[in-house]
Amino acid sequence: MLAYILRRVLQLIPVFFGSTLLIYAMVFLMPGDPILALFGDKPPSEALLATVRAQYHLDQPFLVQYYYYMLGIFQGDMGTTFSGQSVNAVLERTLPVTGRLAVMAIGIEFLLSIIVGTISALRKGKASDHVNLVVSLIFLSMPIFVMCFIAQYVFAIQLGWFRPTVGGQNDWGDLWLPAIVLGLSLYATSMRLMRGSVLDTLNQDWVRTAYSKGLPGYRVLPVHVLRNSLIPVITNSATNFGVLLVGATVTEYIFNIPGVGNTLFAATLKHEGPTIVSFVTVFVILYVLVNLVVDLLYGLLDPRIRYA
Amino acid sequence: MPESAKPQRRIEHYVAPVIEEQPPTDAVRVSGKPSNLWRDAWYDLRRRPLFWISMAIVAVILLMAVWPTLFTHTSPTDQCLLANQNGGPEPGHPLGFTFLGCDIYARIVWGARTSLSVGLLSTIIGSGIGLVMGALAGYYGGWLDSLLSRIGDVFFSIPYILAAVVVMTVFAQYRNVLTMSLAIGGFAWASTARVVRAEILRVRQAEFVTASTALGLGRFKILTSHVLPNALAPLLVLATLAMAGGIVAEATLTFLGVGMGGDVMSWGRDISDAQRSLRIAPMSLIYPSIALTITVLAFIMLGELVRDAMDPRARATR
Repeated sequence: MLAYILRRVLQLIPVFFGSTLLIYAMVFLMPGDPILALFGDKPPSEALLATVRAQYHLDQPFLVQYYYYMLGIFQGDMGTTFSGQSVNAVLERTLPVTGRLAVMAIGIEFLLSIIVGTISALRKGKASDHVNLVVSLIFLSMPIFVMCFIAQYVFAIQLGWFRPTVGGQNDWGDLWLPAIVLGLSLYATSMRLMRGSVLDTLNQDWVRTAYSKGLPGYRVLPVHVLRNSLIPVITNSATNFGVLLVGATVTEYIFNIPGVGNTLFAATLKHEGPTIVSFVTVFVILYVLVNLVVDLLYGLLDPRIRYA
Repeated sequence: MPESAKPQRRIEHYVAPVIEEQPPTDAVRVSGKPSNLWRDAWYDLRRRPLFWISMAIVAVILLMAVWPTLFTHTSPTDQCLLANQNGGPEPGHPLGFTFLGCDIYARIVWGARTSLSVGLLSTIIGSGIGLVMGALAGYYGGWLDSLLSRIGDVFFSIPYILAAVVVMTVFAQYRNVLTMSLAIGGFAWASTARVVRAEILRVRQAEFVTASTALGLGRFKILTSHVLPNALAPLLVLATLAMAGGIVAEATLTFLGVGMGGDVMSWGRDISDAQRSLRIAPMSLIYPSIALTITVLAFIMLGELVRDAMDPRARATR
């Protein structure tokens, strides 16, 4: 087990350097001069320009710049945005917002998919099961921004149940509408996983044994069926949590949520190199760690799985 | 598949070579054509109504992309009258007008070309890279496998919409179907590579591969003519689903404002334009969204049906 974790963490090292190098190279290729952008509309003198350029090592070749950047990262310094804030401060402000959104969305997805998936499996082949599958297909194929707009139009503009955008007020209670949309966009896959998993478990010997022992359905279902069916849904939801932490850009953009995705997107439009690279670096670390946790979860939930 | 439809199987136990003509084999099919994964899958698919429905949708969208004037004679750009701003349906304009007074139906018809071409090209690029990387990693193993798998992990760990946004910003001057497809396909191949690698690892163990080696075939020749053809089934499924993903990604990037510029027509762009008048004219947002969703739905259904048809286990339990 420990050896497995160690090997996985060692494998992270090349992935970390590879992805930061890749994103750094892409930002390096971005058009526009970041130093000129720093000065705004007033053009600076050549001497000042050269000084600032040297201060940020921008006169150095690409790999040397990358080296200095990595040096900063390992000392906990992510650089500064064009508006002069440190990237660390921006992350500290935006990551909790995205975290709240992700937790809510995953909670909704998880509960809904377990309930509906189980009911659907128990009623396999009946009308309600077919309706469920069709609805899940529609959720699966509707792009997230379309879902966002429909939710915004129906529930915020027409019915007035929620505010159309989130903005500065972004506590738990303010994030319901985007969280529901995100949860529903992930719901379809989880629900189908749950349905398939319950169907598989219902055919297992231990379920037949439980029934033949005379146990009532309300005892067999939660203890013998659900507990064994939850594993794929839990791991899928955990993976989705990692995806949401880094990839809720579109939802955050439409609902104007000041989370990491939205901030990164705005930074990209402004060609803010340091912000982009640092955010993506943090994303890669988060994403990879969540995936490691997911792989370890398998073993925790299913004792039959052994790590070698 | 119903039990009776399965080809008859007669097991002949090898005892001794009494009669020379009889091949000493175990479990031979003696009647009907030899079974084959693709033929079985086709047999299964063609009697599923959903398969034909999705094929019909794909065919209509394809026809729209290739020959838009077959569906509408209204120009999507040149006949826009501000007098028609956000207007409702009229004879000849079944879906009404956009904020700029353009015909919504005509714009949807002409937008199909962008969606399909980016979807197709990004799928070819993504599946192509994924196939080569996965096949080399799975077949040759060793240090090449470690290297290619880590490269795959790098691309897997970068959220691909964000990566595509950055790529499209870098290539801001060259936004066209090719760069867009490269941005999408170039970051979406990692999952394909993983599946192909796993499939190659499985096929590599097969006896016919050992037989080919024994016959003296070269390693690369065995890969291309024996291993790859037997590992293509999951790739077909993934490619169909990637088509749906590519169409969504194109619409998303265009919606975010980093898509193709100029007067390229795209559903994502129509949705993006319509969001400004969402409060007063929701329909100019709803119609292109429906077109987008139905197209994606068709490809997802196709992918799932093909996957079920290719998987004998799923076929048995259905």
